[in-house]
Amino acid sequence: MTQATKPLAIRLRNCAKTFADGTRALQPLDLDIGAGETVVFLGPSGCGKTTTLRIIAGLERPDAGGSVLFDGEDVTALPIEARHVGMVFQSYALFPNMSVAENIGYGLRIRRLTRSEIAARVGEMLAMMRIEALADRRVDQLSGGQRQRVALARALAVRPRALLLDEPLTALDAKLRDSLRLEIDGLLRRLGITAVYVTHDQAEAMALGDRIVVMDHGRVAQVGRPREIYQRPATRFVADFIGTMNRLSGRIEQGRFVTAAGALAWPEAPADAREALFRPEDVAIDDGANPPLRGTVAAAFFLGDRTRLFVDVGGERPLVIETEARRDFARGQAIGLRVDSRGLMAL
Amino acid sequence: MAERRLLFSLQLGFTLVVCAFLIVPVILSMLAGLTANYLSGVQSGLTLRWVGEVWSGYRETIFLSIGISLCCLAGTLVLGVPAAYVLAKRQSALSRAIEELLVMPVAVPGLATALALIVTYGAAGAFRTSWSFILVGHVLFTLPFMVRSVLAVLSAIDLKTLEEGAASLGAGFAQRFFHIVLPNCRSGILAGSLMVVTLSMGEFNMTWLLHTPLTKTLPVGLADAYASLRLEIGSAYTLVFFLMIVPLLLALQALTRPRPVKFVAEEEQP
Repeated sequence: MTQATKPLAIRLRNCAKTFADGTRALQPLDLDIGAGETVVFLGPSGCGKTTTLRIIAGLERPDAGGSVLFDGEDVTALPIEARHVGMVFQSYALFPNMSVAENIGYGLRIRRLTRSEIAARVGEMLAMMRIEALADRRVDQLSGGQRQRVALARALAVRPRALLLDEPLTALDAKLRDSLRLEIDGLLRRLGITAVYVTHDQAEAMALGDRIVVMDHGRVAQVGRPREIYQRPATRFVADFIGTMNRLSGRIEQGRFVTAAGALAWPEAPADAREALFRPEDVAIDDGANPPLRGTVAAAFFLGDRTRLFVDVGGERPLVIETEARRDFARGQAIGLRVDSRGLMAL
Repeated sequence: MAERRLLFSLQLGFTLVVCAFLIVPVILSMLAGLTANYLSGVQSGLTLRWVGEVWSGYRETIFLSIGISLCCLAGTLVLGVPAAYVLAKRQSALSRAIEELLVMPVAVPGLATALALIVTYGAAGAFRTSWSFILVGHVLFTLPFMVRSVLAVLSAIDLKTLEEGAASLGAGFAQRFFHIVLPNCRSGILAGSLMVVTLSMGEFNMTWLLHTPLTKTLPVGLADAYASLRLEIGSAYTLVFFLMIVPLLLALQALTRPRPVKFVAEEEQP
């Protein structure tokens, strides 16, 4: 499909949002979104991610002093209908009084395109989303996945300067979510459009985002590429929110991190480290005579392709480790563990 | 099995008795309007004479009633639909209070409302004696029915998100209102219209106080005919009323019938 307009660079300057009842939904935020980039806002509900998206869209005004710039032009005062952005809503917001084709063509009708231009563009959109057969259906005759396709087609039909998606997959079941996620990813890459995507699902964020903005309590906790966010979380919140994180408390003694269950080699440790954080995949079972850590199996879950073990090492919480599926573990069984020192973090 | 059949027969019998209770007086009344002499019964023969007399004597009341009910509909549409829209968009203690207050004219006896109107506007001669005085009363009385039925539909749809969706596609306020809001509360508007037209057409309490000898509506004329003329003429009048209101009701009912919804299974393309 043709993306006529060139991708948009979005810049947020000092954007805060206080609602009428006095709650601060968003602390002052500065963010640059590059042309053609896909930025995902990720966080638990109430973290301010949707508010940020709505400020970009023009559905909310930032508090006085904040500004939104589109390609350097200040659009803070413009309502959404003048911003030329495409938006996909969690509830789809399809118009029940219109057919699928009329829904997709609505933005073109508003822009006073001719009947034949509208028909051509709607046809192109239907083909792109592979929903040609649904053109004359009413919206209430569509399944959730079909609705989401129509919503995407409708938002893209007007060739928006940027595409804004507010939890577009949350209302769908897991399997459909996976396949549509792939489809959206392909679409965004192909179109090269600037996209802002809001989700609370870290897998979605990892898969789609060029960059992820992790938010917590109205503040940005970390901005970075998915790999950075996962491997080098900036705060404890990010470390816990993204993926599974193990914690071991101890202290540094002669270049080693000494804990109740044993000592870990940790060459890059900060001298004052009181806690070591690491991901399940950086832990391996060590059947040697002198494993660095010793523990007992608290629980074992066979997941098909692997086994997830909870290992008690005398800490507050058991360690979570993932291991090959073939081996059987019994509760209470003593095992030895080693941790890849490259995966160790202090926060 | 026999017990079930007995139960069914009893239920059917009861239903038929209730129906007869409701319908027989109507049929008898309509029949009386077509009977040459009510006192000697149907044997005296059927005639259209009484209907003719109603037509010549009370034609004006029929047209006035139709006129007022249509103007009343226009008034409640213009006032009620935007009011319902605003009430649906701004959910606050104030909007809820306004919603409750709107029902007052229904709760207060029509006579009391009419008296209040007369006390307030009685001195405004031309207005007091015109049919628009009755119209104002009817609009007051029927407005809550329009607002309520539109509001019920608007509260059931996610109006805010639908409007935001339209705005994101470039639609301004007027376009959103006419393309999205109005079509999606169509069923509420039609149901409200049905109520407003029938209520206005049949309103008697208030109209009886508000009317002048020159601004008699159909129900007022009907009371007049029953009180001062032959029973046959009153009954013929009822017949005329039915002939007018039933087709109207059927037409409006057909319009308000919800469209059937077809459900489809989740069919996903690879």
